[in-house]
Amino acid sequence: MNLDDLADKAEEYRNQDPDITHEARVCMAASCQSSGAPEVMAALHRALTAIPPPAPGERQGDVEGDAERDGDSEGDGTMAGAGLAGPADRVTRGHRCKVKGVGCMGLCSAGPLVAVAEKGAELMASTLYREVRPEDAPAILASVAGPPVARLHCPTDQPFFARQQRIVLENAGVIDPDSFKGYVAVGGYAPLVQALTEMTPAEVLREITLSGLRGRGGGGYPTGLKWSTVAKMPGERKFVICNADEGDPGAFMDRAVLESDPHRVLEGMAIAAYAIGAAKGYVYVRAEYPLAVERLTTAIRKAKRAGFLGGKIAETPFSFEVEIRLGAGAFVCGEETALMASIEGNRGQPRPRPPYPAESGLWGCPTLINNVETFANIAPIVRHGGAWFAGIGTEKSKGTKVFALAGTIENTGLIEVPMGTRLRDIITAIGGGIPGGRAFKAVQTGGPSGGCIPAEHLDIPVDYDGLKTLGTIMGSGGMIVMDETADMVDVARYFMEFCMSESCGKCVPCRAGTQQLHALLDKIAKGEARHQDLALLEELCEVVQATSLCGLGQTAPNPVLSTLRFFRDEYEAKLCAP
Amino acid sequence: MPPPPTPANVRVVTLTIDGQDLSARADETIIEVCRENQIPIPSLCYLDGLSIWGACRLCLVEIAGQGRLFAACATQVAEGMQVLTNTERLRRYRRTIVELLFAERSHICSVCVSNGHCELQHLAQTCGVDHVRVPYRQARYQMDSSHELFRLDHNRCILCTRCVRVCDEIEGAHTWDLMGRGSDCLVITDLAQPWGDSETCTGCGKCVQVCPTGALVKQGTSAGEMVKDQHFLPILARRRQAR
Ligand SMILES: Cc1cc2nc3c(=O)[nH]c(=O)nc-3n(C[C@H](O)[C@H](O)[C@H](O)COP(=O)(O)O)c2cc1C
Ligand code: SF4
Ligand code: SF4
Ligand code: FES
Repeated sequence: MNLDDLADKAEEYRNQDPDITHEARVCMAASCQSSGAPEVMAALHRALTAIPPPAPGERQGDVEGDAERDGDSEGDGTMAGAGLAGPADRVTRGHRCKVKGVGCMGLCSAGPLVAVAEKGAELMASTLYREVRPEDAPAILASVAGPPVARLHCPTDQPFFARQQRIVLENAGVIDPDSFKGYVAVGGYAPLVQALTEMTPAEVLREITLSGLRGRGGGGYPTGLKWSTVAKMPGERKFVICNADEGDPGAFMDRAVLESDPHRVLEGMAIAAYAIGAAKGYVYVRAEYPLAVERLTTAIRKAKRAGFLGGKIAETPFSFEVEIRLGAGAFVCGEETALMASIEGNRGQPRPRPPYPAESGLWGCPTLINNVETFANIAPIVRHGGAWFAGIGTEKSKGTKVFALAGTIENTGLIEVPMGTRLRDIITAIGGGIPGGRAFKAVQTGGPSGGCIPAEHLDIPVDYDGLKTLGTIMGSGGMIVMDETADMVDVARYFMEFCMSESCGKCVPCRAGTQQLHALLDKIAKGEARHQDLALLEELCEVVQATSLCGLGQTAPNPVLSTLRFFRDEYEAKLCAP
Repeated sequence: MPPPPTPANVRVVTLTIDGQDLSARADETIIEVCRENQIPIPSLCYLDGLSIWGACRLCLVEIAGQGRLFAACATQVAEGMQVLTNTERLRRYRRTIVELLFAERSHICSVCVSNGHCELQHLAQTCGVDHVRVPYRQARYQMDSSHELFRLDHNRCILCTRCVRVCDEIEGAHTWDLMGRGSDCLVITDLAQPWGDSETCTGCGKCVQVCPTGALVKQGTSAGEMVKDQHFLPILARRRQAR
């Protein structure tokens, strides 16, 4: 198969139901599902069938629905809802509509979200509805041909949507994550075929290096450098691992990507495998993400059947198998050496580095390990070129970053913005500010490994280096917003409790140190501490940071140091005697 | 026993440790070179003859030009490397780590069978720990006296996993392993059964001999009586390598 063949296929899939002009897209990602999206989806199906039967000779409206997704012999999405659906054009005056389950549209706090759009149109060009109830289904379907339902309408020209730039999330909320054809129809797998048939591995490496992409899992290590290192390592057997263990409290970027566009991650992994010379990959997903696991499993099965995974991909000599490994919910298993120990069937505990995984990883073989979002950036880079990607973002942080907005903020959900976007824009414009008229106090980035940023630094451009100057980190993309009522000692205690209970127990400073730090923070919070306790707290922070074996312990003191830096008065106000 | 000959493909490098010029095989770790040259470096989880664990963090050293610290037991030497093993900062960190260990479980030396023969106690003395500034955790764990020859007291365990490694790597029984996480980690026999019921334990006692503290001891010993002998380990380990 070459690029032209694939383009023909994409064209064919796009024109598969020529009568369908519109789609009612229901977000079926985990968050909207929990606020009632499946019921809304069912109601939309019922509303389609409730439409009076067609006049003789008229064509039946098509329904593509959740339940039917795996029904056809090709194992792909479409199934005509014969007898189920009435003629959509009766209500919609010349338009035919189908109901489609899609991934995350971002504004999770307003779920369930339903978008009515012309077939294949992007999210911005759709009519979006918020907090949809099942009884709203007929009105929404009626709006396909008429004016929007005003009371549900959620304009997509508001800053939450307009200020974003979607690269990683370009298909999220648009395509059906379970549909292989849907992914191909929007140009999916063309970058893989392009890499395999028109580029050498060295050329792929060059584009990734040129793009300036840095790892999205927290460390920000240059992806091109990591790939070239593994590519240069001697050895017949090499592995690719996708780290989908996402364990930071308040972070759900990787989950959303996997639930919304799983093929994109597989495609990124396959391109990586080609570039470094691997034939086997693992996706390490936490078992608490059952929907992501289910969609990934479906995606692997369908990609394999279509010849984009497995042996001789696109009729080239390149073969690549992907397997899923489930993590049992230990935060430390996101650390790369612990993750590999876990895949090997051992206790998930980190080991000293070097040797780094690039040299000695899974079963001692050179191994490339990248985050979900890192892999999700690969296909666009190959498609548009490294230089295109390097044109987005700041000097040392290229491209976009997905953030999960959580905490006391108007719009909680998932956003993607160019690197270098000012924090104020993210919190105020995109996030919609603090609810209830309260004042902003701080935002925690980088989860338990990061720190807080107070109001006076809101104008910082968000990129790897900018955040570091404030003593925090980009991390994987969690942003927890706190208003004036937040107690910063309590915040520090919360994150320390998390680190203490997630410490694997291998090394002494982290195992015993986090436990002592937590006890000290507890003592301060309860107003029982003195000045010497504060001094001991700072000293222990230094020791745990400098001497712990892995990143968990090394970064566990960060929330304490950061709150001490910006809110020391809150600590001091709680001390009982001088 | 003579040292094993240097394999043909291993280079010899020169480096400095605390200003002293030294030569070493490129596949040696910093701690091995220190031991060869009588440069004292504290360690608890490292034991010549066992695999590297890198967890007690007492052997951390500074390397010129590197921002972070490195575990001497887990870091191979390199040409031109400049190592510092005994800076003020390192001494302060080591003292704190030993204090953390003392506070984590109940290490009360005066009543311990290993009093006077305990590596933790000895380290506290050499690192200059004269008091513990952090509060004792006061957790109480069960003793396991079910084995006819030996006894396990979790309250004195520092989770160095020497017992786990010697049992797996030298004796080949793999009776020991770890359970739980954080400060509640415990060493266990088989699937957390009483040691006396273990079907894999051969009763060889290697774990008892390598245990640095009074956590693993012979039955019937009382305060200060438990003297351990680890001399067998490097000899056995090298015999195994030779095969
Ligand atoms: C305690 C700990 C937890 C981590 N959890 C994750 C995680 O959930 N997902 C992730 O991608 N990286 C995680 N990392 C970072 C990984 O070790 C590794 O650096 C990353 O997967 C590399 O991918 P990247 O270069 O694409 O960022 C964690 C690191 C530490 C120390
Ligand atoms: S720093 Fe914490 S999580 Fe990492 S190895 Fe040490 S005890 Fe385990
Ligand atoms: S029982 Fe002894 S050898 Fe085993 S982990 Fe505990 S202290 Fe180390
Ligand atoms: S002796 Fe090196 S970390 Fe324990």
